[in-house]
Order: sequence, then structure tokens, then C-alpha cells
Amino acid sequence: MIKDSSYKKHIPTVILAIILIIYPFASGNNYHINVMTLVGLYTMIVVGLNLLMGYAGQISLGHAGFFGIGAYCSGLLNVKMGLPPWISAIIAIIFTAGIAYFIGIPTLKLKGHYLAMATLGFGEVVHVILSKMDWLTDNPDGLADIKPFGLFGIKFDSSFVMGQYFMAWIIAVAILVISMNITNSRVGRAFKAIHGSETAASSMGVNIAKYKVQVFVLSAVYAAVAGCLYAHFRQFIAPSIFQLHTSITLVTMVVIGGQGNIWGAVLGTVLLTWLPEWLTVAEEYDIMFYGILLMVVMIFMPDGLVGRLTTLFHRLWSRFSPRTQAEENG
Amino acid sequence: MQFPTFQQLIQHIIYGITVGGIYALVAMGFTIIYNATDVINFAQGGFVMLGAMIMVSLNTTLNLPMPLAFFLSILIVTAIGIIFERAAINPVKNASVITLIIITVGASIFFSGIALPIWGQDPIYAKPFSSGDPVSFLGAKISLQQLWVLGITAVIVVAVQLFYKYTIIGKAMRATAINRTAARLMGINVRLMVLCSFALSAAVGAGAGMAIAPVAHASYDMGSMLGLKGFCAAVLGGLGNGVGAVVGGFTIGIIERLAIGFAPLGYSGYKDAVAFIILLVILFLKPSGLFGTSQK
Repeated sequence: MIKDSSYKKHIPTVILAIILIIYPFASGNNYHINVMTLVGLYTMIVVGLNLLMGYAGQISLGHAGFFGIGAYCSGLLNVKMGLPPWISAIIAIIFTAGIAYFIGIPTLKLKGHYLAMATLGFGEVVHVILSKMDWLTDNPDGLADIKPFGLFGIKFDSSFVMGQYFMAWIIAVAILVISMNITNSRVGRAFKAIHGSETAASSMGVNIAKYKVQVFVLSAVYAAVAGCLYAHFRQFIAPSIFQLHTSITLVTMVVIGGQGNIWGAVLGTVLLTWLPEWLTVAEEYDIMFYGILLMVVMIFMPDGLVGRLTTLFHRLWSRFSPRTQAEENG
Repeated sequence: MQFPTFQQLIQHIIYGITVGGIYALVAMGFTIIYNATDVINFAQGGFVMLGAMIMVSLNTTLNLPMPLAFFLSILIVTAIGIIFERAAINPVKNASVITLIIITVGASIFFSGIALPIWGQDPIYAKPFSSGDPVSFLGAKISLQQLWVLGITAVIVVAVQLFYKYTIIGKAMRATAINRTAARLMGINVRLMVLCSFALSAAVGAGAGMAIAPVAHASYDMGSMLGLKGFCAAVLGGLGNGVGAVVGGFTIGIIERLAIGFAPLGYSGYKDAVAFIILLVILFLKPSGLFGTSQK
């Protein structure tokens, strides 16, 4: 990444913030705003996964598990023990971080396929446990009656669409900014070194095991934050969302946007969250088209959209810029 | 803890062996493709589902006799495997692990996305291969279809081993699996071998699906869980090891069934976690699996 002058690097963030502020007023459709709130939650997880995959070069097919642990933990503490949502959310995030730490130590010793499988196995075990929670939730379908967040007497329940939207996106943008700062820090450079070559990084004195577990825990914390918000926004959670399908969708969001590019992560999340909504025009064939699109995008743009758009932009730029054209001809 | 009687124990083991045979076949499918390409084919469950659904449709809708439906279905799914390789795997060169995983996941979503409008959401009834009373064995009952599952598993496992050992294509596929560059230098068309491995894997998967269809519920999403369990079995046996895949399949099938048998009442719902816990334990302790040598 080129070192920009300090104000220049904030431009994309400011543009994103402006779009996000305008969107709900321009849209005016509560359903669409709710979808964008979900995009905000997924953005948190995808930014964390992007750090893990694109910067540290590790794969996780189990992040829906952390999403689910965060949601169920906060929801259960709230419903069963009567803790206020803010407190239960903080405990849930710390709890998820602890689990990620203990899972991360043995898991991150594995590489490539084996890492993918171990995280997949973890995610499925979490899913099975959450599916059999009825002894605790007293409800075979999921956990109901979760209290919404409250702030200065205002309840952020499902009728307060705007409130949920802005709460989700303020936290999501905060996570984006924190993550960008991390990638430009000493730790971020260590991640990139690990991605480049683990052997080289370790011989340069980078403590690989420590950094890998750190980024893994951080990405799990982001997922837990999203999980807590999801639980208290929806006020009802069912296990079906916290499974492999979601984990893979999250990974796909990272890859489609472009690994190692935080803005790509946002783009990938927006596209893949809206895609099922757009595909409803295909009626019963929506799942089939979803599968085809995944394959086509991966076959033709394995570097993701942002990478592909950048090359396209450069190609167009060189075509219309007479100087470089002359150089090519000469 | 509940303690099953000896008879129940035998019954559980027999069920375990039946399901284990299917896991073994799915695991073999994973192994065949992994050896040729280093791809973990998440669409393997799709082949299993397509095999079952196509056979049932040929048998009940077109009224074809069962054996004909069985072999036609294998042929159709093999063709699907070949098309899948040509369309989605062959064009991608030097792709990363994660790109290939997403492509095969996309294919598996595509397969169930096609099956859903064709066969609907509810399980379809699959006729057993032969009608008759269950056989008694040590006080336990074995249905004829369970015997069919075991028989088909045995035939497929032996046939694939013979194919690898005695045919020229099989030998070339083994050579490709051991060392791709060396195989190419020996004049083996490696790309063709990759294609063959997808065809073979699809055929094995279809066989598994057809055998299990009358025992389990044949539906558009039957492939996903079978695929994942077979995947655990392949890792348990040592990814890329054919014999290991078969042993891994039976092991997971039997342990899973015994876990149901011994679980306290109300806890048998956790059975789906068993295979994945085995997967995690083996990955943490010995990632190369029971029969694996060092990672290649």
C-alpha cells in the first residue's frame, strides 16, 4: 500500500460514510434498510475474515460458529439471567474470544486444506450444539424474547429500523477504521509477511504462531460483535443461520471482493447480501443461479472484483492516455 | 448412560456398518479427486444426491426396471462429473485452495438448486432393490436393502481397486497421483487423468446415493450431510489414501451409531457432531490420518 498523505487516505471512508448516511433517507423502504443493517453486521465479520485470509493468509470455514456463539451467549445471558443487553454482549464477546483462543492454538498449526477442514469441523460442532439447545431455550425453534438494546431510554427494537441501521453501521465503520489502522501498523506488516512466506517471516523474527492466533481471535471478536447485535436486533435467533452455508458465504464475500483489500470486503458483502434478494426474480431457480454465479465469478475473477476492476481501470487508462500508448507502440 | 442389550448392540453395529459403507464410498470419491488434482470436491455430496434422484425417477416415472435405472443413472452422473470438470475445474489454472473450494461449493449449491425445482422439497420414495423379510443375524435384524448397501459398497471398492491395479488408465491415474510432473514426462496425459478421476468419482458417488436411497430419505439436500461425513471419513483415513477412506468411513459410521446407542435419552441428537469431533481430534493429533504417510 502506498503511503498517502494523511487526509487523502480518509477520503474513501468519508465517501462511504456519506453514502451510508444518505441511503436510508433516499431508500425510505424499511425492508431495504433492514437488509442494509444485515450488510453492516456481515461487514464486521467479513472485515475480520479479510484480515485473517487476505493479510495473514489463513482460511476459516467456521466463522458462522463464532457469529453463533456470540449471538447465543449474549441472548441466553439476557433471557435466562436477566442481564442488560450491553452487559450480556460484552460478556459474550469476551467468552467468544476465549473460545477462539483455545481453538486457535491447535487449529492454526495446520495449513491449507487441513486448516480449512479443522475450522469447518469446529463450525459444524458449534452448529450441532446450538441446534440442540432446546433444553436451555425451552423452545425447539430457537431462542425467543431477547431484549433489545436500550440507550437513553430509547429501545432499539425491530420497529426502530433507522436506529438499528445506524447502530450497526457506526460499529461497522469503527471496525473498518480500526482494521485499516492495524493493517498499516507493525502488526499488519507482520501479517503480510506471514502471508508472503511463513518461513521467511519467522526467520526475520516474526513470532508466527502468536500473530496467527491474535488475528484469529480478533476476527472471532468481530464475528461475536455482529452476533450480539444480530441477537438483540432480531430478538429471536434460530440455529439455521449459524452453519457451514453462512461460513462459506462469508468467505465468498471476502474472495469476491478481493482478498487483502478492506474495501473489497465491503463490496463483496454488499453484493452477496443483496444477491439472493435480486435473484427472487428467478423464483424457484434462485438457488441454481446463485451456484452458477459463484462458480463463474471464481473462474473468471479469482482475484475478486476490486482486483479485476483495478486492472480494467488501468487498461482503459493506458488506452486513453496518449503517452503510454506511444510507449506501447514504440 | 443407558446400556443396550447385546442384541441392540449388534443392531447398532449393523446400522453403523450400513451407513459407514456409504461414508466410505463418499470418502473414496473425495480421495480419487484429491489425488489427481489436490482439489477437495465439496460437490461430492451432489453426485450422491443426483445418483439417487435420477435412479428413482427413471424407475418410477419412466418405469424402467431397477437394474437398468441403476446403470443409466451411473452413466448420467458420470457425464455430469465430466461436464463439471470441463466447465468449472479445467478452465481454472493455478487457483488457490480457497478459490477451488468456493467453485466446488458453488457446484454443490448448483446441483441442489437444480434438484429442488425438479423433485421438490419433500423426500421421494425409493423402492428397495428387492422385496423380502429381514434376515436374522445374532438376534439382530438386517433388512435386505442393508445387505444391498454392503454388497454394492464391496463391489465398488473392489472394482475401483482392480481398476487402479490392472487397467492402463488406472495405472496412469495412480502415476499422476504420485507425481504429476514425472507422470507427464512419461507421456501420460495428466489433464485426461484429471477428467477420468472426476468421472470415476462421480460414478462412485452415484453408486453410494442409489444404494442408500431406499434406506435414507432421498431428497434434494440429502447430499450435504453425507458429503460432509464422507469428508470426515476421508480425513480420518488419511486424505488421499483409498484404503484409509474405506476404513475411515466404516469407523465413523459405527462410532456414530454406537454413540446413539449409548447416549443418555434425549442426547442422541448430538450424533451429527460425532463425525466432526473425530475430525477435529484427528487433525489436532495426527493430521495425516490413520493410514496417511507424511503430507505431500
